[in-house]
Amino acid sequence: MMAYAAKRILQVVPVAVGVSVVCFMLIHLAPGDPLAAILPSDASADLQAQMRALYGLDRPLPVQYGLWLIRALHGDLGQSIATGRPVTGEIAGAAVNTFILAGVATVLGFTVGATLGFLAGLARGTWVDRITSGIAMLGVSVPHYWLGLVLVIVFSVELNWLPATGAGPGGRSLDWSYLRFLVLPAVTLSVIPMGIIARTVRSLVADVTAQDFVSALGAKGMLRRQVLRHVVRNVAPTALSVMGLQLGYLLGGSILIETVFSWPGTGFLLNTAIFTRDLPLLQGTILVLAMIFVLINLGVDLLQGAIDPRIQR
Amino acid sequence: MTPMIDIRDLSVVFGRGPKPVPAVDGVTLALAPGEVVALLGESGSGKSVTLRSLLRLHPASARVGGTIRVDGTDVMALSPRALADFRGRTVSMIFQEPRLALDPVYTIGDQIAEAVRRHRGGTRAQARARALDLFDRVRIPSAKRRLDNYPHEMSGGMLQRAMIAMALSCDPKVLLADEPTTALDATVQIQILLLVRELQREYGLSVIFVTHDIGVAAEVADRVAVMYAGRIVEEGAIADVIRSPQHPYARGLLDARVELAGGRDRLITIPGAPPDLADLPPGCSFAPRCARVSGECRTTVPPLAAPLGRGQVACFHPG
Repeated sequence: MMAYAAKRILQVVPVAVGVSVVCFMLIHLAPGDPLAAILPSDASADLQAQMRALYGLDRPLPVQYGLWLIRALHGDLGQSIATGRPVTGEIAGAAVNTFILAGVATVLGFTVGATLGFLAGLARGTWVDRITSGIAMLGVSVPHYWLGLVLVIVFSVELNWLPATGAGPGGRSLDWSYLRFLVLPAVTLSVIPMGIIARTVRSLVADVTAQDFVSALGAKGMLRRQVLRHVVRNVAPTALSVMGLQLGYLLGGSILIETVFSWPGTGFLLNTAIFTRDLPLLQGTILVLAMIFVLINLGVDLLQGAIDPRIQR
Repeated sequence: MTPMIDIRDLSVVFGRGPKPVPAVDGVTLALAPGEVVALLGESGSGKSVTLRSLLRLHPASARVGGTIRVDGTDVMALSPRALADFRGRTVSMIFQEPRLALDPVYTIGDQIAEAVRRHRGGTRAQARARALDLFDRVRIPSAKRRLDNYPHEMSGGMLQRAMIAMALSCDPKVLLADEPTTALDATVQIQILLLVRELQREYGLSVIFVTHDIGVAAEVADRVAVMYAGRIVEEGAIADVIRSPQHPYARGLLDARVELAGGRDRLITIPGAPPDLADLPPGCSFAPRCARVSGECRTTVPPLAAPLGRGQVACFHPG
């Protein structure tokens, strides 16, 4: 296990380097001069050269990359052009909000999806299967920003039960005055992982229960619930890895939902950075999101290795 | 002596609708305690289905008729809970592919221990000690270490030994073997056959051994029942059937053995193909392939009879 873990962790290094190169190059690949956003268009050549030197843009690219990387490793991702505040702080604040939203949505989606998928997989071809598969299909196909708007209209505008936007009063707690802001975005965001996990678990359960060892367990007299425990152990590694990937997507990919609900997370921050052409903020946010994705994949692989002995090779 | 296994007029039909498949039709078979009977036949002859009926392992959609008694218990009448207690304790089974019949994510030791605890209770440590003892009985080398192996870490022959250990873990009276050597190398096959035979004698087990290989049947069985298209067509002491098969299908099986082809340039085969079970002829199922066929064969199913006073054969023209 240790050798497998070490090998898997080492594999992360080249991926992380590649990600950082792409993020760094963003500034130079994006159309237009990075200085154009902060300098007036009629700035003198002298001033432009001065700013260029100030930001280190006059040096060769590899040197710029090296300096940028060293600063990034020390937690310094530069200042936001729009607000002048350190990018690291902005991202950290937003990341916490996104983690909370994505975490709750994933747990919700996984619990509901895995339950539905398990029932459907055991009762293939019956009405239970048809209904749950229909729900899963809807979950995967419905555009979630549209679903978000519908939920807002029903629960905020019509029934007035839940707030439509924002993350509530400052300071987080398990208090309802805070949690109620979380309900609608989390439910909306959970629908996609719910659908995907339900479909995955359904087909996994169908595969596993068709295998010989399940009838062999019956043949040695194991009770139904004991057989089902074997089925769960066989289904779990793949289901967990799908959940991990979904969590990864949600941590980075909730731009639409965070915008619909004005949830102050990284997706919302990314959206802001794009529209204000705030390059350091954009660069930093993408780097952090990409690294989170890499780390989550690593975590999922290690977890899978711990559950399924066949993977550690 | 009352038989250990008493199967009477067993029928199993799969599928509903316009074309149900009668996989087993009117099988009657009895085994004395400690007797080994081989069920011999091709794929689709109903031998495995007959075997699985003893544990009621068929899907819920199968329709099963007739009666099965094992050690006095009416298997068909068991409640789900009583059936679960019966499986593995009175009757246990070993499978064709041990690699597929074991859960890949549990260690072998755990899989044996859970069967032991299911039927005999006791602590984890006691169950593990029992598993270790069984591993020694089936002669798995470095048994203690092997208990912690996962199925993918063991060879096919070792896995089948482990499977046998698991089947014997709760001291059953009957062992069902569903082609347990078919998936193994020839050298390993013979070791497993000898092991089954040895443990059968030691524990006084009644064994039904399903195989398509008449050589394997000769190695392990006291008696043999030859099945064709869901029915028993010949049954008798293994030596009698091999020396003078009465049914033309049994004769065909014996002649078709590869070992006999030695000096000849061609293998002898039974002409034609096994019938479609969903569309059986009204008379003898073997009639379309049979050289001795007469008009009677095409209209009437021949009953099992004992023309020689020993064994039974279902043929109007035996010999």
